[in-house]
Amino acid sequence: MTLRVTRRQFFKLGAAGMATSSMAMMGFAPEPAVASVRHFKLTGAKITRNNCTYCSVGCGLLLYSRGDESINNVDDIYHVEGDPDHPVSRGSLCPKGAGILDFIKSRSRLSHPMVREPGSSEWKRISWDEALDRIARHMKNDRDENFVTQDENGNTVNHWLTAGFLAASASSNETGYLTHKVVRSLGMLAFDNQARV
Amino acid sequence: MRGDQINLQNIVARSASNAPSPQIRDGGVEEVTKLIDVSRCIGCKACQVACSEWNDLRDEVGECVGVYDNPLDLTPNTWEVMRFNEYEDEQGNLEWLIRKDNCMHCEEPGCLEACPAPGAIVKYANGIVDFNSEHCIGCGYCVAGCPFDIPRISEKDEKAYKCTLCSDRVFHGLEPACVKSCPTGSIMFGTREDMHELAAARTDFLKGRGYEKAGIYDPAGVGGTHVIYVLQHADKPEIYGNLPEDPRISPMVDAWKGVTKPLMSAAVGLAALTGFFHYAIKGPKEEPEDDPDERTATAAVRTDEESASPDSQEGDRP
Repeated sequence: MTLRVTRRQFFKLGAAGMATSSMAMMGFAPEPAVASVRHFKLTGAKITRNNCTYCSVGCGLLLYSRGDESINNVDDIYHVEGDPDHPVSRGSLCPKGAGILDFIKSRSRLSHPMVREPGSSEWKRISWDEALDRIARHMKNDRDENFVTQDENGNTVNHWLTAGFLAASASSNETGYLTHKVVRSLGMLAFDNQARV
Repeated sequence: MRGDQINLQNIVARSASNAPSPQIRDGGVEEVTKLIDVSRCIGCKACQVACSEWNDLRDEVGECVGVYDNPLDLTPNTWEVMRFNEYEDEQGNLEWLIRKDNCMHCEEPGCLEACPAPGAIVKYANGIVDFNSEHCIGCGYCVAGCPFDIPRISEKDEKAYKCTLCSDRVFHGLEPACVKSCPTGSIMFGTREDMHELAAARTDFLKGRGYEKAGIYDPAGVGGTHVIYVLQHADKPEIYGNLPEDPRISPMVDAWKGVTKPLMSAAVGLAALTGFFHYAIKGPKEEPEDDPDERTATAAVRTDEESASPDSQEGDRP
């Protein structure tokens, strides 16, 4: 069926439409129901404590992830804010820490160990076990070759100068103590962290 | 708490609406206030980042133009910016005044007053002024109505956006994201009373440190604001990135919404009424019989008239 609208009817319809819309613009409009404006995005999120990885202050972080650890869900961090119970930062963060979500989600972030073999130009993905074994092997070989027990004057020094160790600055006291013990007991002197990089 | 929603009874004012809001459960809602102590701000922009993170906003990466302001101005994706100002006092001492610029959440919001879209701008009992972008028609009246030049219209969806004072967080018992992140305690949040007490204490402290004109910025022209500043030089707010000394809602907004609107409504109503009575008394307009002279007009007009003529005859029938 074709709806036939004559010229005159068309003008009448247009005029009626314009009149009603003008009336609405002038305030003669029914009240629309006001729906709730904003939803809270953290309800039900899983909260995990962690430390900020950036500098040596080591502010406390709360990582909010979606999912309740049920078997069919893969958790995913979607919000990070400061940990109010952390004695150092008490909930506050600097701009780097406040934006750490984009660091966590960064596509260029290194998420697994990789190795570039001598002479190769390719980075190869390896497992953590392989990586730790490889590091231990290299350290042992180098230490066996270059460990110095006595200096030229015959004083006992027991140091290992050909390797250095870079540790995390945001470690807790306990982790820092253990790191220090491991490094110094090997006789290593060059020892620093990324807070000075 | 799961699925908890904002209590609609908390809305005390909404744009373009004269119907009174439910008042019975208004009692006992404490007004909130954000205090920005400019004298403690180091300009680190943690608040800016926390704001973007919480509100899922990622503005485009801009270009450095040689100043610390970044981005240079508010955008639909940046609801707060730090304004860096170099100020030289009478003795020639340089002061670096850094002001966090965002919505002031006025007690009498100019945006809400100017907005013609019902329910697009609401004010809650706790004082927060919020945009409900779902109802926004993108006319930009809120931009004209705001004495602080805060709302920005998005080119993407033609809707206005601004700081919400994290109304979602506040309704769930949390402080706004910017407040939580601030590492120097420059941004504080609490009841209006508590924040004024704190601001007064800070003002006294600053006066003791030689800032004789230190004071609180809580402009009366807009009924007070729910974001207040502690300024070292409260007598010269304009040096803090053009903070208006006496902000008021533009008289044009008052005229348009106050006097003009009912007048226009009356005029429209009167015109419709006149039309109706004219029709009732005089009847429809009589079309004269087609003038034979018009037949000599161009072919296009002729075809037009030919197609229109049967219906015009039909319409002329009483």
